[in-house]
Order: sequence, then structure tokens, then C-alpha cells
Amino acid sequence: MELLYASCVGVLVSCGVFLLLRARTFPVVLGLTMISYAVNLFLFSAGRLTINKAVVLGTGADYADPLPQALVLTAIVIGFAMTAFVVILAIRGRADLGSDHVDGYVPNTSADNKEQK
Amino acid sequence: MIQHLASLPILLPMLTAVILLLPPCGKSVKIRRLVSIVMAIATFAISVLLLVHINNTGINVYAIGNWSAPFGIVLVADMLSTLLVTLTSLLGLGAILYGSAGDDEKGSFYHPLVHFLILGVNGAFLTGDLFNLFVFFEVLLIASYALLMHAGDKQNTRAALQYVILNLVGSSVFLIGLGILYGVLGTLNIADMAQKVSELTGDDVYLAKAGGLLLLIVFALKGALLPLHLWLPNTYSSAKPVVAALFAIMTKVGVYAMLRVYTVIFGEQAGALEHMAQPWLWGLAIATIIVGAIGVMAAQDLRKLTSNLVLVSVGTLVALIALQNVNATAALLYYLVHSTLVSAALFLLADLVSIQRGKVGDRLVAGRCVKQPFLLGVCFIVAALTVVGMPPLSGFVGKIWILKATLNSEQALLFWPVYLVTSFALLVALSRAGTTLFWEHKSKKSENADSANAHPLQVTVIIGLLACSPLLVIFGGPISDYMLGAATQLHDISGGINAVLKGGM
Repeated sequence: MELLYASCVGVLVSCGVFLLLRARTFPVVLGLTMISYAVNLFLFSAGRLTINKAVVLGTGADYADPLPQALVLTAIVIGFAMTAFVVILAIRGRADLGSDHVDGYVPNTSADNKEQK
Repeated sequence: MIQHLASLPILLPMLTAVILLLPPCGKSVKIRRLVSIVMAIATFAISVLLLVHINNTGINVYAIGNWSAPFGIVLVADMLSTLLVTLTSLLGLGAILYGSAGDDEKGSFYHPLVHFLILGVNGAFLTGDLFNLFVFFEVLLIASYALLMHAGDKQNTRAALQYVILNLVGSSVFLIGLGILYGVLGTLNIADMAQKVSELTGDDVYLAKAGGLLLLIVFALKGALLPLHLWLPNTYSSAKPVVAALFAIMTKVGVYAMLRVYTVIFGEQAGALEHMAQPWLWGLAIATIIVGAIGVMAAQDLRKLTSNLVLVSVGTLVALIALQNVNATAALLYYLVHSTLVSAALFLLADLVSIQRGKVGDRLVAGRCVKQPFLLGVCFIVAALTVVGMPPLSGFVGKIWILKATLNSEQALLFWPVYLVTSFALLVALSRAGTTLFWEHKSKKSENADSANAHPLQVTVIIGLLACSPLLVIFGGPISDYMLGAATQLHDISGGINAVLKGGM
């Protein structure tokens, strides 16, 4: 289970970073979403991966750690609000700047320069 | 009532912001401004009251919902955090007064957003829990995103987009760092973490180190430390100057978080992880000072210049954190108060100058002269002398204190030359900026009849912020005693742990 879980988080983060580096607003938003999924999974695992453990009720030595779940809930809510904000900002940026690149214009790469020549 | 005092600097701005959104305030500009100003004064008064109270009684721990630490979330009001809360409330009051002169109506929701920002910043300073720090970071960030877009144009949208994306990535890294630290320490209460970090063994030490250094990335991003500083000049110079003036406190939140985490959690008591961030902080801080000074020299307009001044001050503050001794921390606090107030004043001055110079704005080229050359000129000279650290004003005291605090350490060999040459570079850049703005004219005075005089509120705020500088010198004795007390309290780690974990009310 640990291997599956860890590779899941790893793949999500690497996809997210790749999308972030595309530097266009839509892939960037997707990338941010993927990274926040990975972060949520990761936070959840901070309470150790266990199955069949009791909740904290009454007395018992063997119970699941409730705090990471609370942290994940908070992180999900905040991440959701922030993603909504960045989507609106991206739409406004597309309208204001006339380009969906995060710099407001597509930078001249060497390939473009060759074509122009 | 008095035991709830520590929670009021957070609750009051929240209440105000909500009231400001409701009908009587939402509709009429006059009522909105009045309520906003009155409540900002109330917040400031509460902060001062808390400051006096803490100074008399020592650390005040407020357990939210009466769940005692480390199980519940606590607010910890010690001398350091209340000092910063007072500074924030003062700056917020300044921004609200200045905005009420007309800037607030150029976009929507200026007043509620400023109060939300104050709520976030005050919360970040007061909280005693790392996850709660993250939550308050997000509160202040979302308010800052919206304020950044206030009365914005295209340039603004671009800067805001980059700022938002950068900070969202920063938040993810923050959460990963917190997850690792919770995984190994089993707690997120700062005092409890400080206690448990020395008991780590084996692989957990390295995991905690990784988590702690991930937090360093986030704090460096918020505080604009060298490799992560690139967002700052663009963001601050494209925001409305009154918003930029308010943002002067936001880099200090990053600096405060570094100070708290790397002094208390990973400080002298941390066993294997003792002073683990120190080498990083030291090198990056020196580099930030140098890069900031180059930016100041190269700046083409007054707002860019001021943004780079903020960078220089962040570098200086972080260098002092890296020294990790009581005297350096006290000097840091004095310099932090002084630099926040004066950079806010400079941003506001840049606004007035650019309004009165018409088309050329605050660019450093010859243009028509400002309409009130005497008033703005004198303010500029005072601000410039303060920033550079010339004798009669607070910059000088701060500078001497910093130099004295670093004198006995081996790092002085590197820090002194860098710091002194930087001050000289700032002096050159600011004198050049001043002469260009106020003395080089292309045309006669009569041509600027169309621009209005500065609003009395705007002038009051700028003079008020600048007046803090001589006040910091005149009341230097009690103020430096307070700073030393705050620094001693911060470095007394076991005392802090006892107060939080056993003395919760």
C-alpha cells in the first residue's frame, strides 16, 4: 500500500510541475490543482497509513490520528477557493493582455527566431 | 474582558470587514469611510492596550475554545508578536486614512479588504500553531490578491497573475513541509514542536530537517529573499501606491515566521538540528542586500526604487536572524519597525509626486516641477535621510545598533563592508532621485495649474508616518529596552514553552 500511495503522490506532483512549467494559464491552473491533490494525499499520510483502526471515542490505545484529516479538510477548502480565484484571474488576464501566457505575451524562443529568418 | 484581549486584534478587523460589506456601509461612501476609520483607530487602540498589558504581565496565552495546548489552537501574545501587531494596526490605519482621500473609490471593496488583510497579518503574528499560521497566511494572501487588482490596469493584471500563481505554489510547499513535520513530531504547536524536536533520533532527524528547510523556501518566498525575490519589485510597483505601502508589512510576515521558527523550533535547544537554517539564511541575506542595492541604483522610477529598498531591508533583517543572539534580534526589531514605516511613507510620497508631475509620473527624468515643492521636498529629504541612516533620525540609531550587534561575531568581516557600501549606494541613488524629481525642470511652474494640491488627509498620513522616525529616536531609551525585552523573551525558549504548555488560561 505504501508503495502505491507514494508513487501516486509522486506522479501527481511531477505532472503538476510539468504543467506549471508550460507557463500558459490553463495548464498552470491544472498543474496547481494536481499539486494540491498530491499535497492533500500527502498530508493525509502524515497520520500514518493504517486500516481498521478505531476513531477517537472513549478510551482505547489503538486509534487513528484524527488531526491529519482535519488538516486535509482545511487544505481542500482553501485550495478550492484559491483555484476559483486563479481561474477568474486567468480569464481576466486573457481578456486584458490578449494572450494566455503568464507573461502576457509569448516570449520569442530560438525556434521562432529561426522561422522569422 | 482583559483575558480576551489577545484575540481582539484578530476579531475586531474581521467584524469590521463584515460590517463594511452590509447595507448602510455598503451604500454610502461617507458612512463606509467613517466606520472604517473609527474601527481602524479602535484596532490600533486595542493593540496598544495589549502591548502595555503584555509588557506588564508577560506572555499571554489565549486558548481558543478553551482547549489547552498542545491539543487546541492557542494564540500566543508575547512582546514580539504584540509589537508587530501594533505596527500592523498603525500601518493599516495609515492606509485607510490615505485611501479615504479618494483612492478607495477607484475600485471596489477597498475598506473591507484592508481590514481582512489586517486580520490575516495580525493572526499570523499572534498564532502559536504552525498550521494556523498557514491559514492566516492564506487569509492575508487572498486579501492581498484582491487589493493588488484594486483600480488595476493591464500591467497590474500581469503582475497579479504571476504573484498569485507563485504564492499558490508556495502554499503547496508550505503544506508539504507541515505534513513532514507533523509526521515526525506529531504536533504542530510551536512550543510543543520546540520541545519534541530535540528528542528525535535516527532517520526522523533528516525528515525533520527536510520539512524545516521546505518551510524556509516558503518563508523566503513571502519575505522575498534572494532567489525568490523576483516577484517583489514588479508586484509592488504595479500596485496602487497606497496598497504597496500597506504591503510593506507583508514581507515582514515572512521575516517574522523565519525568526520564530528558526529561533524557537530549530534554535539552540534543537539537539541535532541546532541552528540548521543559519548558513542558508546568512549567505542568502548578504546576497539579497547586494542585489537590492543594485536594483536601487538601477531603478527608473521612484516606486521601483522603493520596492528595491524593501529588498535591502529584508536582506538586513534576515542577516540579523542568522546571527541568533539576543542583541542582534533586538536590533532587528528596531530596524524592522523603522524600515516598515519609512518604506510605506516613501510609497505614499511616490504617489503624490507622480500625481503632481502629470505625464512623467514618478519616473526619474526631468519633467515639470511638482505643485507643492516645499512640502514634498522636505518629506522626501526626511524619508531619504531615514532610509539611508543619516544622523538625526531613526535609521542612524538602527544602523549603529546593527553594526554594534554584529561587531563581535566573526561574520562582521563580511557584513560590515557589504552593509556600509550598500548604505553609500543608497545615499547616491536617493540623492540622484531627489535632485531629478524636485530640481530638474523642463518647463515653468505655471504649467501645472491643472493638478490639484495634495488632500490634507494624504499629507497628514505621510507626515505621521515620517514623524515616527524622530519619535523612535527621542523615546529611544524605553523603546530599545522594550526591544531587548522582546528579544530576551524570544530567546528564552524553555520559558516560552512553559508559558504556552502549562500556563494556558
